[in-house]
Amino acid sequence: MCGIVGLFIKDPKLEPQLGAMLAEMLDVMCDRGPDSAGFAVYGSGSDGTVKLTLRGPAGTDFAAIGAALGHAVTARDTHAVLTVPAADEAATRAAIAGRFPEISVVGAGSRMELYKEVGLPADVARRFKLETMSGTHAIGHTRMATESAVTTDGAHPFSTGPDQCLVHNGSLSNHAGLRRRLEREGLTLTTENDSEVAAAYLTYRMRQGDTLGQALEHSLGDLDGFYTFVVGTESGFGVLRDPIACKPAVMAETDEYVAFGSEYRALAGLPGIENARVWEPEPAKVYFWDRAA
Amino acid sequence: MNLSLKQAGDVAGTKLVDLSTSSVRELNAALHALAADTNETFWKVAHPNGRHAIAAGLDAAIDIEIDGPVGYYCAGMNKRGRVIVNGNAGVGVGENMMSGFIHVKGDASQSAGATAHGGLLVIDGNASARCGISMKGIDIVVKGSVGHLSAFMGQAGTLTVLGDAGEALGDSLYEAKLFVRGSVAGLGADCIEKEMRDEHKALLASKLEAAGILGEVDIGEFRRYGSARTLYHFHVDNVSSY
Repeated sequence: MCGIVGLFIKDPKLEPQLGAMLAEMLDVMCDRGPDSAGFAVYGSGSDGTVKLTLRGPAGTDFAAIGAALGHAVTARDTHAVLTVPAADEAATRAAIAGRFPEISVVGAGSRMELYKEVGLPADVARRFKLETMSGTHAIGHTRMATESAVTTDGAHPFSTGPDQCLVHNGSLSNHAGLRRRLEREGLTLTTENDSEVAAAYLTYRMRQGDTLGQALEHSLGDLDGFYTFVVGTESGFGVLRDPIACKPAVMAETDEYVAFGSEYRALAGLPGIENARVWEPEPAKVYFWDRAA
Repeated sequence: MNLSLKQAGDVAGTKLVDLSTSSVRELNAALHALAADTNETFWKVAHPNGRHAIAAGLDAAIDIEIDGPVGYYCAGMNKRGRVIVNGNAGVGVGENMMSGFIHVKGDASQSAGATAHGGLLVIDGNASARCGISMKGIDIVVKGSVGHLSAFMGQAGTLTVLGDAGEALGDSLYEAKLFVRGSVAGLGADCIEKEMRDEHKALLASKLEAAGILGEVDIGEFRRYGSARTLYHFHVDNVSSY
């Protein structure tokens, strides 16, 4: 099954409430995926810096790691965000790999922070204090595993490029062949998960110059299987369903936000939902919102 | 009779169930406990908030008005009940309905009226994919459009669409009768357009009347689709395929 949610804020006044709104949506979607949960939040940031989201074993002293690396760090449970000058990203990644092998870099970008853990989604959101986060857009996932094990690595979102992440409800049938093709193209995939292949595919297409919208259009031809995707980039938010619409999706739009949920229930608590335009996204149709537009 | 015009709130003694304080299970248990000759014939449900299985399994000639969007399988298996949804409906509204009436005043998600044996399902907005899948006698009237694979394997009953139909309409159709006023993106296997004779116009008129919209649309604008009947009989030439 799995539940996915997404929120794209149009009215900056709502940005401080992004995390609280998404947390409520994830909470409702616990029924669809009680194994694990994750979310990506596009918050503050600047062009010259990169936010590296780190993940470590329970009890990791992230403050000490930040101090040792000489960069600002904000810890949240098993994750922490390390903010480094963009020019220092490669050296910092190398230093982490060399000096702190138990730490993984799970996401990177100028604004994206990414958190995921095994456990009931409502608990996962609370552990990371999602309700305190602000930002322009966010996506989240509650997982009922089908194609790979219930592990933190197998939880969504998957991020395979800077400020890019994807959540997926469904299962892909051509992910093994596509994974080999993407690895030949130089992409690094770290799990056996089919959804990570979809994320890497979109990263690959955008590296080739596609916009997110164009990358999603191409995936209609190249990805085989069931899917509803919600995808985040630095400035945008996209939705795509497979051509036979195997997996559910509901969207709502007001002057203040665009919201996505696997079911309407996930949207029922949003402000002004009773007057929102609510619709079911059509199969094989790319939906995309961009902050710059 | 246009049942949708009957407002439960106008009736004294209406039972009100607020799903922000009661569970769906409590609501449905109360509905299932009604005796056949119950006097509690008018119910209002507040704050449905997209919850699943609201008013599923009705077996009483009562009116229920649900004030807001409902989730999956609303009024599924309905027998004799008259259910109004003041909002959108999730997957499988009225699935396996036996008799009665369901009126969705918004859009319906996939598989509306799936496998239903009887009764009337009216959807004011659009219905998405697989509307009337495996229908077995229900009458469905959709004032908007329907998605792909609607009436798939439909065995009996009617599907009337005032808007357009998506891909593969009536795929592997048995004897359900399909009327579409707008465009059809594509017909499924063994589904063909058929002549609209007077008897079919009369049938369509009776369904539009039941839905309370007779005279609001021109029956001459509808086209009829049905089974070519080449798939569901055993054919000796296909014996090597089995």
